[in-house]
Amino acid sequence: MTTDFKPVFERPVSLKDIQTHFCPGCQHGLIHRLTADAMDHFGVQQTTIGVASVGCSVFLYEYFDIDVVEAPHGRAPAVATGVKRARPDSVVFTYQGDGDLAAIGTSEIIHAANRGELLTAIFVNNTTYGMTGGQMAPTTLPGQTTLTSPEGRDVFLDGYPIRMAEVIAALDGAAYSVRVAVNNPKNILQAGKAIRRAFEYQVEKKGFAFVEVLAACPTNWGMSPLQANERVGAEMIPYFELGTFKDRAGDK
Amino acid sequence: MSERQLVAGNIAVAMGAIAAGCRHYFGYPITPQSDIPAYMSQELRRVGGTFIQAESEIASINMLLGASACGVRAMTSSSSPGISLKQEGISYMAGSELPGLIVNICRSGPGLGGIDASQADYFQSVKTGGHGDYRTIVLAPASVQEMYDLTILSFDLSDRYRMPAVLLADSLIGQMKEALVARPASPPSDLPAKDWAVTGKLGRSDQRIVKSLYLGEGELEEHNWKLWRRAEELKAREQRSEGKFLQDADLIVTGFGSAARIAKTAVAMAREAGLKVGFLRPVTLFPFPEKAFAEATQRCKKLLCVELNTGQMVEDVRLSVARDAEVAFYGRPPGTGSLPTPEELLEQIRKHYGRGA
Repeated sequence: MTTDFKPVFERPVSLKDIQTHFCPGCQHGLIHRLTADAMDHFGVQQTTIGVASVGCSVFLYEYFDIDVVEAPHGRAPAVATGVKRARPDSVVFTYQGDGDLAAIGTSEIIHAANRGELLTAIFVNNTTYGMTGGQMAPTTLPGQTTLTSPEGRDVFLDGYPIRMAEVIAALDGAAYSVRVAVNNPKNILQAGKAIRRAFEYQVEKKGFAFVEVLAACPTNWGMSPLQANERVGAEMIPYFELGTFKDRAGDK
Repeated sequence: MSERQLVAGNIAVAMGAIAAGCRHYFGYPITPQSDIPAYMSQELRRVGGTFIQAESEIASINMLLGASACGVRAMTSSSSPGISLKQEGISYMAGSELPGLIVNICRSGPGLGGIDASQADYFQSVKTGGHGDYRTIVLAPASVQEMYDLTILSFDLSDRYRMPAVLLADSLIGQMKEALVARPASPPSDLPAKDWAVTGKLGRSDQRIVKSLYLGEGELEEHNWKLWRRAEELKAREQRSEGKFLQDADLIVTGFGSAARIAKTAVAMAREAGLKVGFLRPVTLFPFPEKAFAEATQRCKKLLCVELNTGQMVEDVRLSVARDAEVAFYGRPPGTGSLPTPEELLEQIRKHYGRGA
């Protein structure tokens, strides 16, 4: 009888063995895992400092087994700048939602990227404010009904969704900017690679790296997890094109 | 480094910060404090520190939050409107139990106001301008030497009590030049270790989390009581003031910072004229030196509080003396041409000196 079993799938050491508070069908848990995988890949759990933002992802420290600083709403890139400058040998990342990063914190993310801070920013775009109950976000799609756009987002009154990955890519200070999704296995693999690459940029001190991840919010979209996941492919990806908008270090 | 140098108050703040071991500065340009970032941008490079001119006051206070969370000594400086923008970050720092220095070289307001010497931000500093039930350490220098010494003390107190510290001055103290003896500083040996600072786990089994969100049953109340206990400890141990001619005084003139500076000259003039006038200047605005006021008013039952505003610190003076003394107020709201002269204050002293308690 052989006992030669090898584990083929394990929990990343950077992630705690704990149930998340996220709603059914929410993809934060999955994106957390991909982020933890990247930390494990580079063996940096012991030197990583996470910067949590305000919103559903505020409980970063409950799920990641790393040191964490909690930032005020939108300010994570500024807090991370202070952390990184004080501890240049640490790996520092922010994990932010769309209201946090693309509305109240637009200034902080733009300037952290433009300074070329050696940071990794994980930006979860689910087109709504999750924690506060589903208000219109800067990334809400035209016509999308939310708590504060009951007739659907009217671009003449509310403006257009912001394509942050493209905005960041346009800044000379940013070294890496991509948009990925986690709505099917192929895209999940792609997202994992992109997040790993974003950490690689920091580990190798090559510059500011930004990963926008399209994600579902079934609860606030008023959909089942499956319907919500389908919407990512059917409605979000056509507006928010997936791709690598900047990869200064070249293809690998 | 211990010979006398002629320097401006703002430069003394920057020199004091570097002497105190501060190697991280984050700021945004605003008059009348711009000498501080200009000096820091040069000197921090020389000593291997970090200087960032941030995109906003909001970003700079949050960079300070991040650096302080790592356990290093760090600071920002600004002036009134900029300090208003930093209030969110100051509240988060207080909630996250983070030390750090915020220098406010006040200008006048409200709104854009002007750039003249002003004490209009006493309430904002001492009563705290951000949301939540917290306190900050507030020190008020009245000379270039104190700009240096109290900057160093701010870092020490801030580290000891894990509270942000505010150094409150104005353009008068910030931009005038005086003799400074820049003594070398070393942090007190009994400062508690920063065993809360994020460093990356580095073999620790426990995570370190710097945060201000407490949602568990009873957690937030306990957290607020903890902050309160620390503030009470600060009040019990760290009150500082300068007193002069208090033994036989029939009238005590009080004020802080630049107003106290002018008042002190007026008190000396009154003494020369044979009036028994005393002088009591709070050096710490929080904790307010209530013990010194209680003691001084054991005998003297009349005070005159002088400020460059319409009456802010006077409320704390009245609280400190309860009903044991009569507290008069003379203030000039800030603005071009509104700085009182010593002669003007002497006139006020004469007016209140003869009046019965």
